Amino acid sequence: MEIVLGYTAIAVALLIGFGALGVGIGMGLLGGRFLEGCARQPELAPMLQTKMFLVVALLDAVAMIGVGIALFFAFANPFIGQLAAVTG
Amino acid sequence: MASEGGYANSGEYIQHHLQNLQGCQVDGQWVTNIHETKICAGNFWALNLDSMFWSVFLGIVFCSLFYRVAKNIEAGKPGKLQAMIELVVEFVDGSVKDTFHGKSPVIAPLALTIVAWVFLMNIMDLIPVDWIPKLGQMLGIEYMKVVPSTDVNVTFGMSLSVFALILFYSFKIKGVTGFIVGELMMNPLNPKELGVPKLLWPLVCSFNLVLEIVALLAKPLSLSLRLFGNMYAGELLFILIALIGYWQLPLHFGWAVFHILVVTLQAYIFMMLTIVYLSQAHEHH
Repeated sequence: MEIVLGYTAIAVALLIGFGALGVGIGMGLLGGRFLEGCARQPELAPMLQTKMFLVVALLDAVAMIGVGIALFFAFANPFIGQLAAVTG
Repeated sequence: MASEGGYANSGEYIQHHLQNLQGCQVDGQWVTNIHETKICAGNFWALNLDSMFWSVFLGIVFCSLFYRVAKNIEAGKPGKLQAMIELVVEFVDGSVKDTFHGKSPVIAPLALTIVAWVFLMNIMDLIPVDWIPKLGQMLGIEYMKVVPSTDVNVTFGMSLSVFALILFYSFKIKGVTGFIVGELMMNPLNPKELGVPKLLWPLVCSFNLVLEIVALLAKPLSLSLRLFGNMYAGELLFILIALIGYWQLPLHFGWAVFHILVVTLQAYIFMMLTIVYLSQAHEHH
């Protein structure tokens, strides 16, 4: 039981951590390109900002799916039920 | 707070606030999980009554508000409410005009419904965590989650409806064989253009089919899980901040201000992606 709980905790941390890592790098690149675009053509800044927020939300999606699954495992761990069914 | 309201510890507080009010049939009788938390757990036909009530209620609020404003339009000098509604409608109209490259009377009302309904559902997350559930508890309703978009069922319901529309329009515009053969089997490796001998066509086509089906299924899945994940994480963070004690207020305020951005953005994204997917379904070469 302790092993299951311990490994679940590590899994939750990895899910959230790697998601955050990927999104961090992605957002950094995105923001950099956006600023470059604004510097080249300042009159396009509002339009570029709208499109940037669109891509931000798309990037968030995969990270959030990971966070959702991780929080599910943190609070409603199905492995505990399986363990109880097998051993108890 | 962790010690008030009869919660044994913080874990129980969190679990209590993440539990939906469920109704299901047990031995032919309709029961709710008010007295027995896990009675509907794992039941395929269980209904999340609180999500259904709040989503329908917010839908009625949206429809009646927009209908009332549309009925009493003052052309010369619009009131503030009418100006706000006009802003929203013009925004949706602009987005549809920019993105949708087809002809359909359904898209703009659909986009308006999606953005307004999802926005209203998400805004419920900004109401302090304990207020409405406390009211519910005083009325005897033990569990209540007020944000419908934190319920996977609600978000999947919306995204599967959009998926049904995508399939309907794909079949209508391109024809059933046109869609399945022309789109799914000929992309991304088009055997005709690559000069593949006729014998190898089934191989290339089945490879294309697998890739295209995965891409097609990813659309409703990502649409619903994106909204669900964002809202669930936001709500969970509010619950976690509520456990801290007297230092809640600045943290709550900070997170709520950030969450306003997330709330609006997620509603906008759901609408934009719906328009983009339906525009792709309408594409006719």
